[in-house]
Amino acid sequence: MKPGHGEILLAEGDPRVEEDEERLIEEFRRQLDEGMWAAVPTTQPGSGRREAQLVKDFADIPIEAERVIFFPRASGG
Amino acid sequence: MLFALLALALIALVLAAPLIAGAIERRRENRPPRRRGTGGLEELSLYDPGRERRAEQRARELLRSCVNEEEWSMYRDLGFIRVAGRHARRESDKRTGPAYAYLVYPHKPIVAYVPASGQLLSEYCVEFPDLTGAGGRQRLPASDDVLAKWMALTSDEDRVIRRANLHLVGRQHDPARVRRDLWRLAEWERRRGSRSEIQQKSR
Repeated sequence: MKPGHGEILLAEGDPRVEEDEERLIEEFRRQLDEGMWAAVPTTQPGSGRREAQLVKDFADIPIEAERVIFFPRASGG
Repeated sequence: MLFALLALALIALVLAAPLIAGAIERRRENRPPRRRGTGGLEELSLYDPGRERRAEQRARELLRSCVNEEEWSMYRDLGFIRVAGRHARRESDKRTGPAYAYLVYPHKPIVAYVPASGQLLSEYCVEFPDLTGAGGRQRLPASDDVLAKWMALTSDEDRVIRRANLHLVGRQHDPARVRRDLWRLAEWERRRGSRSEIQQKSR
């Protein structure tokens, strides 16, 4: 998510493919270095409740995750 | 005599019109591009009135794909989303529902309230500024703002609440309006509940 633009596709690929994984990790780190928060939307298996999981490291991203959403860090308004 | 000359001139003009139009067109095509001032107008980013609308449309689709069906319908119909608070005061709260909840509005503070009594607790003023510095004072599309708050609250409620500026309800929100929203929410849930009841009976 980018102010003034909304959703922008930063990178896509299959993390099981080495080349793609490197590119995805690089983009992940770049976004976090710029101060963005990264979240993965998840669904709880039992209740079906939706929520987000904040991830700080590429390795924390659940294997089944289809996307990671980067959004600006929250600050007091 | 004069009338005849005028008629002849008119006929000649009509006959020559395609030739004149062709000559003007050729001259336009051959003309070098007009010189512009320093910086060039083409370098300026022109205001696109549809950009914000398209960004908002994309943001709505993204929000819809992340939240559940009830939350999406709530946002679509009422303009805000309710997120349950994670902390329980007593063990019994876990069984009876959340002790407190939040109303998430686009580009307005998050409102905390007690679902059981409707008591308004506080406003949490939070925003998601452009960190790159390139965006100036631009902000997220409305639905992205709601999604960012939803993600922040459902993933790490304590962190977002710590970062927010806390005020009593009334600083940016009109308390009467928030109470009205809670009434609208209750009505919405009642109608939704009775609708699903009817659907279940008809099966």
